[in-house]
Amino acid sequence: MNARATNEASAETRAVVVEREIPHSPEKLWRALTQPHLIEEWLMKNDFTPVVGHRFNLRGEWGGVLDCEVLAIEPNRTLSYTWDFAHDDAAFNLKSVVTFTLTPTRTGTHLRMEQSGFRPEQKQAFGGAKAGWQQFFAKLEQVLERAD
Amino acid sequence: MPKVHDELFRTLADPTRRALFERLCREGEQTVVALTNRAGVSQPAVSKHLAVLKQAGLVRDRREGRETRYSAQLGALAPLLDWTKQMTGFWHSRFDRLEDLLKRMDQ
Repeated sequence: MNARATNEASAETRAVVVEREIPHSPEKLWRALTQPHLIEEWLMKNDFTPVVGHRFNLRGEWGGVLDCEVLAIEPNRTLSYTWDFAHDDAAFNLKSVVTFTLTPTRTGTHLRMEQSGFRPEQKQAFGGAKAGWQQFFAKLEQVLERAD
Repeated sequence: MPKVHDELFRTLADPTRRALFERLCREGEQTVVALTNRAGVSQPAVSKHLAVLKQAGLVRDRREGRETRYSAQLGALAPLLDWTKQMTGFWHSRFDRLEDLLKRMDQ
């Protein structure tokens, strides 16, 4: 029983890694990752402050609100915060941690983003979907179409 | 596997039920009568399948006069989607925006 429960829990924990070579200095990239008006331009509306323990929200254009807390800051090197999405329906919840790692290169910066987390236990019966990921990704697809 | 997955898979495993759900996804809200006309099974059978789909959260019903109209709830499928794939696409698109921003910061 216990072994099985452990396996199920670990199977629910996943990570996403997205990396990119950025032709700009780590200092400049750091500003885009930590200054609220700049974060808003590429990510979402926010009330971010670069202080460990600071709680903030990221507000998506689709109406969703992410609950975040700054976990680690090392200027021009590392930024980490929680990225939690609460939904009435437990099946849509997401608890995760986003970590940006900046490494200087000859031509600029290697940017690595790792998001690790899980969807908490999906015990609740379904009550039909309201806001949330579905709209989030529908919206995202629209954004991507416009970008083309 | 979480129970909610089991229920979704079990619900959509039946071909008649899956066909009803697909029609509602493709064509939008419909009455039981309209669905029965092309389902190839009796109206009580269609109603029974719709009740199972509703139980799984895959369809929603709405009374309009003497008729009940059914519509698909695509969001119910979200737990089947792997959030990591969704987030990977999300971060790639946001990094595109980040690079655009960095270019503008030069000026």
